[in-house]
Amino acid sequence: MSAAAEQAWVRQAKAQSALSKLFDWKPFLVVMCMLPAVGLLMVFLTYPLGLGIWLAFTDTTIGRSGRWVGLENFEYMLEDPIWWNAVFFSVFYTGIATIGKFGLGLWLALLLNNHLPFKSMLRAIILLPWIVPTVLTAIAFWWIYNPQFSIISWIFIELGLRETNIDFINTAWPARWSLIGANIWRGIPFVAISLLAGLQTISPSLYEAALLDGSTGWQRFRYITFPMLLPILAIVMTFSIIFTFTDFQLVYAITRGGPVNSTHLLATLAFQRGIPGGQLGEGAAIAVSMIPFLVFATLFSYFALARRKWQQGESND
Amino acid sequence: MSASTEAPQTNAATAQPETMTWDSRSRRMVTIYVPLACFLIILLFPFYWMTITAFKPNAELYDYNTHNPFWITSPTLDHIRLLLFGTAYPRWLMTTMIVSVCATFLSLLSSTLAAYAIQRLRFKGSQYVGLGIYLAYLVPPSILFIPLATMVFQLGLFDTPLALILVYPTFLIPFCTWLLIGYFKSIPFELEECALIDGATRLQILRQITLPLAVPGLISAGIFSFTLSWNEFIYALAFIQSSENKTVPVAILTELVTGDVYQWGALMAGSLLGSLPVAIFYSFFVDYYVSSLTGAVKE
Repeated sequence: MSAAAEQAWVRQAKAQSALSKLFDWKPFLVVMCMLPAVGLLMVFLTYPLGLGIWLAFTDTTIGRSGRWVGLENFEYMLEDPIWWNAVFFSVFYTGIATIGKFGLGLWLALLLNNHLPFKSMLRAIILLPWIVPTVLTAIAFWWIYNPQFSIISWIFIELGLRETNIDFINTAWPARWSLIGANIWRGIPFVAISLLAGLQTISPSLYEAALLDGSTGWQRFRYITFPMLLPILAIVMTFSIIFTFTDFQLVYAITRGGPVNSTHLLATLAFQRGIPGGQLGEGAAIAVSMIPFLVFATLFSYFALARRKWQQGESND
Repeated sequence: MSASTEAPQTNAATAQPETMTWDSRSRRMVTIYVPLACFLIILLFPFYWMTITAFKPNAELYDYNTHNPFWITSPTLDHIRLLLFGTAYPRWLMTTMIVSVCATFLSLLSSTLAAYAIQRLRFKGSQYVGLGIYLAYLVPPSILFIPLATMVFQLGLFDTPLALILVYPTFLIPFCTWLLIGYFKSIPFELEECALIDGATRLQILRQITLPLAVPGLISAGIFSFTLSWNEFIYALAFIQSSENKTVPVAILTELVTGDVYQWGALMAGSLLGSLPVAIFYSFFVDYYVSSLTGAVKE
């Protein structure tokens, strides 16, 4: 009786350990753990990326699967002044906005790096523009840039600096600058808070040593702050460049590419041709034309990262 | 202290010798507090303007001569009432909430497992998988939405929130995985070794030791994913067509802008109400946001 009971107990324990053994068998466990993430990314990221490149070589429209047309979409694109205009504006927008964001963001980070009262509250407030949905703040900017009721125009007129309302978004160049302004406004918090984190890792003893050696403020910035900040600056800048270059929301919400297609970014042009226009193949070709720029930015990031110790396998940063 | 580099030097030059040290009060005022105040005003002004506009009656909204535009003389709830009862706003809010919560849950689950496998199981080639996931973060939605739209259409998911729930993890998983790898790395490996010696299985270790210790990281990843899903625009714009399935950011831009006459009051009220949930959420978890933002960048 007791022997049988013992046997049953042993058998049960064995059965349990078979399943747990499977889950403890490392290759199986690794596959089980990686499956959801890798599966989702493969199906909804890698495959569409390939599909997008394939679509760029076809004449697919909405509701009709396309046939292979070779480089036709790209040939058409290269002759299209609107595409060239979008390339120009994408590069211009990214360049100026990045300079603005990083100049002002670095300044703000340096300001916040001082001993200030309510520092954490300040930091929280500053991050707010970055947390709130971009489109919703873009709508606020749309209202601020309104040709008739712009509050900025009103201030300028009240101060006697101008006679008429400022034309923000109804002609090409003012519209471009207005969009860049809105982009900088939204980008400053991210840059400032990331760089602030970088600044806080710089040991104060370096500054003390430099002060004892009689350095000026500029020298301390140039030879301590900036080089120490460079790795994090490179990463943040790569992200910023990639997401500014492929920006969609701000332009779509404020100008929709207008006036007369002058403020189209590549992303908004691809959307306009692809989804409302129905020319999926052409839209995909425009989207694919962004890839060379992105590869360049990614390589930049990779080499900036590789200069530090790569995260995996190295325990010390 | 390095902020002093940007500042005009005149103040220090004219000051008395004993106040010429770099932290003298008036100089600090000019080099730190004044620029900081300017930054704050510029960064917060659009929100102030949004709020003010949302509560202004139309008479004040379009007349700057008799009313000071910076203030409201007779605040009104008309715009908010129009938004809540005259449009499908509650429905949009509900859809956005469901999509964000589901997408966050899905990506948190998959990225926790992936980060654990990459950081703790250390299988062969794990660092390449980690690098691959990092690179996935660099693929922007702008180049994926056209092929994804055709896929979503073929899968029969067009115009359903499920399409968004499945697609959002593509930009959430890389971020969360990267963040959690950093968190897992900060948990001493010795704890797991002890448990292994005591005969715990890997899953038991994950559930009973690693995860409880990684709770701050999980919260950071979770709230960040929630915010990113809430703010997502281009996929929601491309995949959703019917008015009742739209998410808040898309609906406000496409449904409230009708014809040539914009309802600025209602638009601003919509923007305000759409921002509010994230802003409130944010105010509770500020520190997690900051740590996840900076953590993800540093890793």
